[in-house]
Amino acid sequence: MIELFKFFKKKETSKDVAKERLKLVLIHDRSNVSPQFLEMVKSEIIKVIQNYMEIDEDALDIQLTRTNSDDGERIVPALVANIPIKGMKNIGR
Amino acid sequence: MGEVIVITSGKGGVGKTTTTANLGTGIAMQGKKVVLIDTDIGLRNLDVVMGLENRIVYDLVDVIEGQCRLKQALIKDKRYDGLYLLPAPQTRDKNSVAPHQMVTLCNELRQEFDYILIDCPAGIEQGFKNAIAGADRAVVVTTPEVSAVRDADRIIGLLEANEIRNPHLIVNRVRPDMVKRGDMMSIEDIIDILAIGLIGVIPDDENIIISTNRGEPVVTDSKSLAGQAYRNITRRIMGEEVPLMNFNTSDGFLAKMKKLFGIKPA
Repeated sequence: MIELFKFFKKKETSKDVAKERLKLVLIHDRSNVSPQFLEMVKSEIIKVIQNYMEIDEDALDIQLTRTNSDDGERIVPALVANIPIKGMKNIGR
Repeated sequence: MGEVIVITSGKGGVGKTTTTANLGTGIAMQGKKVVLIDTDIGLRNLDVVMGLENRIVYDLVDVIEGQCRLKQALIKDKRYDGLYLLPAPQTRDKNSVAPHQMVTLCNELRQEFDYILIDCPAGIEQGFKNAIAGADRAVVVTTPEVSAVRDADRIIGLLEANEIRNPHLIVNRVRPDMVKRGDMMSIEDIIDILAIGLIGVIPDDENIIISTNRGEPVVTDSKSLAGQAYRNITRRIMGEEVPLMNFNTSDGFLAKMKKLFGIKPA
């Protein structure tokens, strides 16, 4: 009965619109992290990478952004880091 | 040792105070000792919803500042033994209280009461921080609207950041007729978005306004749908498993619900 109902009603309902809008706005809200938090993440990443390579710390850029998911159907939050490498270290080779 | 539960929402006007009054009264109806703390300093309202506005002498800040003893500030409910209210001051600002003072107060009340329910102010500022400081767990109230759900999501994040894990959700003012025709987000939609455990659904019910007019929480009204919903939530809060009310009736929702729950005694 409900299926039949859906068949005749192709139009998007207002609650579908609400849900879609909410999902988008929440991705933004949830990824809206403080600069201090990003600074913490940044320093940890530097620490790990420095074990293996020499990097330009001042030019390191890290930010939260939005991107399409792998299947291209959703928008998901992403952590994007740009880390210029100056040279490799010799450990482990 | 009593348990401290904060009732919060982020957005104003979604039913925090009504929920606090009804759950508190519901718990007292089950024979437990419960105290309700209004932490909405400057905008107190829990007293009028409870119908206790004429009995206020001392308030939360008087207790915290040591102007009176805790016992002197607690207002005993007129209907139920074991139900008490600690009102908010009307003429102070929210910075009169600090989170560590709330923790101390809650710990003192734990000795005396089975449940301590804290009515949180709207917003995420100092008042919110005070309200959640002493809480063991949280109940988040929302309505099926984008603004209320969005704020609930923010509050859930902040609760987790303050180590209050697994908050429970109450969806208030649900209109089954609108959900049915696709003009209101369903409970499933909201749970899907917020990803937290549901503890109850309150249907939109004019009896809430009528009972608030009289200062008698709707949970005491054995004929009202919202009252039944609040009685169910009360039992869930106390650890009982109660099935959710079924709103998906095909015809004559109200008539059917009345038949199902209206004749049920409190």
